[in-house]
Amino acid sequence: MGLTDEDVREILRIIDESQLDELRIDMPDFRLHVRRGGAPPAAEAVEPPSPRRSEPASAAPGAPPEPAAPATASDNGAATIDAPMLGTFYRASAPGEQPFVDVGSKVDADTVVCLIEVMKMMNSVKAGVTGIVVEVCAGNAQLVEYGEPLFRVDPDA
Amino acid sequence: MTIARVFVANRGEIAVRIVRACRALGLEAVVGVSDVDRDSAAARLADRAVCIGPARASESYLRPETIVQAALGTSCDAIHPGYGFLSENPRLAALAREEGLRFVGPPAEVIELAGDKLRARETAAEAGLPLVPGGEVATLDAARRFAGDSGYPVLLKAAGGGGGRGIKLAHDDDELGVLFGVAVAEAESAFGDPRLYVERFVAAARHVEVQIAADEQGAVVHLGERDCSVQRRYQKVIEEAPAPSITSAQRDALTSAAVAFARAIGYVNLGTVEFMVDAQSGEHFFLECNCRIQVEHPVTEEVTGRDLVAEQLRIAAGEPLSFAQEDVVLDGHAVEARLTAEDVAHDFRPSPGRLSRFAVPDVANLRVDTHCADGTLIPPYYDSLMAKLIGRGPDRASAVGVLSEALERLEVEGVQCNRTLLRDVLAHEDFTAGAVTTRWLEEEALA
Repeated sequence: MGLTDEDVREILRIIDESQLDELRIDMPDFRLHVRRGGAPPAAEAVEPPSPRRSEPASAAPGAPPEPAAPATASDNGAATIDAPMLGTFYRASAPGEQPFVDVGSKVDADTVVCLIEVMKMMNSVKAGVTGIVVEVCAGNAQLVEYGEPLFRVDPDA
Repeated sequence: MTIARVFVANRGEIAVRIVRACRALGLEAVVGVSDVDRDSAAARLADRAVCIGPARASESYLRPETIVQAALGTSCDAIHPGYGFLSENPRLAALAREEGLRFVGPPAEVIELAGDKLRARETAAEAGLPLVPGGEVATLDAARRFAGDSGYPVLLKAAGGGGGRGIKLAHDDDELGVLFGVAVAEAESAFGDPRLYVERFVAAARHVEVQIAADEQGAVVHLGERDCSVQRRYQKVIEEAPAPSITSAQRDALTSAAVAFARAIGYVNLGTVEFMVDAQSGEHFFLECNCRIQVEHPVTEEVTGRDLVAEQLRIAAGEPLSFAQEDVVLDGHAVEARLTAEDVAHDFRPSPGRLSRFAVPDVANLRVDTHCADGTLIPPYYDSLMAKLIGRGPDRASAVGVLSEALERLEVEGVQCNRTLLRDVLAHEDFTAGAVTTRWLEEEALA
């Protein structure tokens, strides 16, 4: 079953107007999973969501009340925590402080993993995934783009 | 030049246009893109692209803080806002200045003043520009009194509107009563400013605008005028330079009025002063001032031979204008058509999708400003402009001929577009005979 742009627009409109945070449609030859920008996956959704870029419908409009990084699956089973906004990436709450997380840290969906500064506004970023941090992908005090991987997390650990 | 790297805070064809102007001046360009524009023509053409947010403009292209942060983070020294989005947002201009960046546009205070249509009217009046009779109305009674004196119909406009938005036409007391309440509510919610003003309605009017350029040293010049009377719902469809059917005396009056306004408001950089010309009496009236590069700037570039976007960048870098008024010579005629992804048969509804084919024909004296090619995705989130086709020639008929041939041979597949409408307008005897009025397209051609 092919989706026309009209269909996608209609789906986005419905999501936009509803209270839904997440919509899953499973049919024999067609699966659709749409999630509002920053909403963490529903508790029962154990399987990691598909990578965002190959799924245009998941670019669903919807203002996240606070940034929670969308975690995306990479090829080897590890998930990445992606930047929910463009800004300056800070690993600690202040210079000289301990980083929020490091390689080996255990995180759950609500663990704050970093700050992203946008014009002097500090936004704390939550992991959005449970597991162990296996890599820090972005450099401290560097510009990160929207969607850029910040951490890799091994969800099975 | 004091600018070395420019942050392009826009998308589509104008982002491509700005990157090209940067190239022409030897500057680097960084384009801020939303998630769906990562693979856009501008992103590929620029030295670097950074993703500033998700597809929805309110979370990417419309965020001043994110734009400034992205410009700083990529070591740019200037921000070019293009048109639409944040181009006339005083906050972006002010924020950029506070952070030591050059904003390619007028100072925040000028943008704010020009954006307040009532204060802009006052400034125009003080500078001696003729205004359409009218003024601010706080109550329905006041609006009815004005209409009683000047006669119906009248236009109700939002003080915070502009660019064709926030305008209502009332034909009698009853209709004015209904529209007044709606207009107040709309003005508040759409523009955050409940103030309204009322104007006498000129039934047969032409839209003529003057391109101005001003530098930080105080020099102000004009680059002639454009006629943009072919409009639908106050949105321009076809534009041309010079304006047909105005006399050289009218042209002189319009251009000197525009320069006087630019001086009065302290304008810096490129801008456009818009006028309404009464098609019957030939009188002209000040409408508004646009503090940005216009969509239709190419027709002026084609008849003046000047790169207006490069000039914007030079001015923003603090350089004096590269030419004086006497150096501006208008040569020939240029006509632009806006090709949009719209389904004309279904009330012009947007027709997003992927272009399976987009090919521009090779026609002499044709210019095409576009971000489209085979395979380009027209996302549903933004405006539907696909390309601007500009025909040039020694006279109006030959320029129209170039454009007609281009539209006929253009290949567009995958989305609905307004090509047939554009061709019909260019071939219509009213259009070929000279300037039409701003209600012509809706009332005659589309009726």
